[in-house]
Amino acid sequence: MITRWLLNKTDRGVLIMLAVILLLGFMVPALHLLTSPDSPVHVPAYAMALIGKYLCYAMLALSIDLIWGYCGILSLGHGAFFALGGYAMGMYLMRQIGSRGVYGHAELPDFMVFLNWTELPWYWYGFGWFGFALLMVLFVPGLLAFLFGFFAFRARVSGVHFSIITQALTFALMLAFFRNDMGFGGNNGLTDFKDILGFNLQAGGTRAALFGATCLGLAASLLICLAITRSRVGAVMTAIRDAESRTRFLGYRVEAFKLFAFTVSACIAGAAGALYVPQVGIINPSEFAPANSIEAVIWTAIGGRGTLFGPILGAVLVNFAKSWFTSALPDLWLFALGGLFLAVTLFLPNGLAGLFGRWTSARRRELPAAQPAAAE
Amino acid sequence: MDKAANSILYLDGVNVSFDGFKALNALSLIIEPGELRAVIGPNGAGKTTMMDVITGKTRPDTGDVLFAETRDLTRLDEAEIAQLGIGRKFQKPSVFEKLTVAENLALALAGNRRVREALFWRLSTREKARIDELLGIVRLGAQRHMPAARLSHGQKQWLEIGMLLAQDPKLLLVDEPVAGMTDAETETTATLLRSIAGERSVVVVEHDMNFVRELAVKVTVLHEGSVLAEGSLDHVSADHRVIEVYLGR
Repeated sequence: MITRWLLNKTDRGVLIMLAVILLLGFMVPALHLLTSPDSPVHVPAYAMALIGKYLCYAMLALSIDLIWGYCGILSLGHGAFFALGGYAMGMYLMRQIGSRGVYGHAELPDFMVFLNWTELPWYWYGFGWFGFALLMVLFVPGLLAFLFGFFAFRARVSGVHFSIITQALTFALMLAFFRNDMGFGGNNGLTDFKDILGFNLQAGGTRAALFGATCLGLAASLLICLAITRSRVGAVMTAIRDAESRTRFLGYRVEAFKLFAFTVSACIAGAAGALYVPQVGIINPSEFAPANSIEAVIWTAIGGRGTLFGPILGAVLVNFAKSWFTSALPDLWLFALGGLFLAVTLFLPNGLAGLFGRWTSARRRELPAAQPAAAE
Repeated sequence: MDKAANSILYLDGVNVSFDGFKALNALSLIIEPGELRAVIGPNGAGKTTMMDVITGKTRPDTGDVLFAETRDLTRLDEAEIAQLGIGRKFQKPSVFEKLTVAENLALALAGNRRVREALFWRLSTREKARIDELLGIVRLGAQRHMPAARLSHGQKQWLEIGMLLAQDPKLLLVDEPVAGMTDAETETTATLLRSIAGERSVVVVEHDMNFVRELAVKVTVLHEGSVLAEGSLDHVSADHRVIEVYLGR
């Protein structure tokens, strides 16, 4: 079983990626906390926060790969699930501020005092508890995806039509969250967080722990996706992607499998958003912007669809490039991104992961023909 | 309901129209259990629409479609109909190209189709043996670990027939199984289909008259959405209306 895994090309990429993520999750916090700031190997706080942010994006890209790369469902609104998870975490962090806000109200966050609200809206109940907030981080995006998917897949909305209504979904949520009377802080969103579980969010130890948690979250998501795609569900998903009506005539209820994948994917995206918010210190409605979701799809495509490890690579590399470009050549970034996307589409249909695959199969060809791994 | 007695498939007065065009026009057809039936007819005679109606892809405007005397197929969707035991083979070989030959068969194996089961599903020894057996029947033992995309056209057709058998259906609908096959492959396919019938009922839709002759079974001729003639190939070939619309072209 294990040896078969090691033989399989894609699985090998996933295992290498898993090792890299866990190593990062251990090394980066250690180098931040245990080395002195003038040491050459010291990782400064800003760099750790930046990498942490990229890894959250990587988790979002991974969640897109699960449905797009394996099941052929192109969601152009996955940023919505990311943002919803972020808001759930943001609500907990707001409640943690307690009476330390600018207005010093014991119960209400600053923005509610500013709007002359007198009591906490019912949907803010429970967010004072970390456990409840964590549950909501998965439950809210998961429930939205389940309901949305239930109606969309049952009505057999697929392909471009599905992509367009997911764009509409995230756009509608953005407009809703911009409104002050929604009770989520309007266009300012949720910010000025003080601490998490009683630990100061600005402290090096807290930031290091958040970074470690992000790596663990990403690694766990990767393992979940690996388990799903290697199970019979994964085979059915691939079958749906390649020949949907054939799968129906085999007796599989295609909409049930799509719904399962879509809901799991939304939960992973929500968890990514929840890890993102405490590290960047703010969540606002611009996270719902349709362009964000499209960018995440581009990371996935550049990294390589249907490989699980490719999109993680894609998200991190593209965002590194973005950070570099937007400080060095700010006007050129969008051209660079567009050019990159075109180049990958034209020359690397399997993305960066395809390069890895080509490299390993070229090496393997030198060995005497090995028995291909059976994947039953 | 009595008229449907002792039938695996019973169509009566089935009408389907698309934007005013009558694809099926009061079509009636009875297939007996274990029967192998060839359905022929010129393009546009309604052969594919008939398959769509039986497998739940198209809902008829009016008419009865009954499976095994009692099950009303007009109320079920594709997945439910497939689970009842009706398998369909498309004209164009339609296999899952990225999956291996063995995986294709494994997906088609009869069994629970629910997501929860599939998540923790492992091939049992019995299922593995069944896959080996099927690989033997469709002559693809050597290709079992090959992605289906790399099979030849004829091999894909056989794989798809193997997948149909794996489903363990009571009724098989086979659309032009020998299109694009060599003569030798055509002959093998005819033997394969004849050996399948008996235990199961098979409906073969075909253009190729030589192949129909090789099958040597009862033939139904469709024309403009209804049955024009029925009987042995020699019998229908002698029918002047059939000659007019089809054979005499």
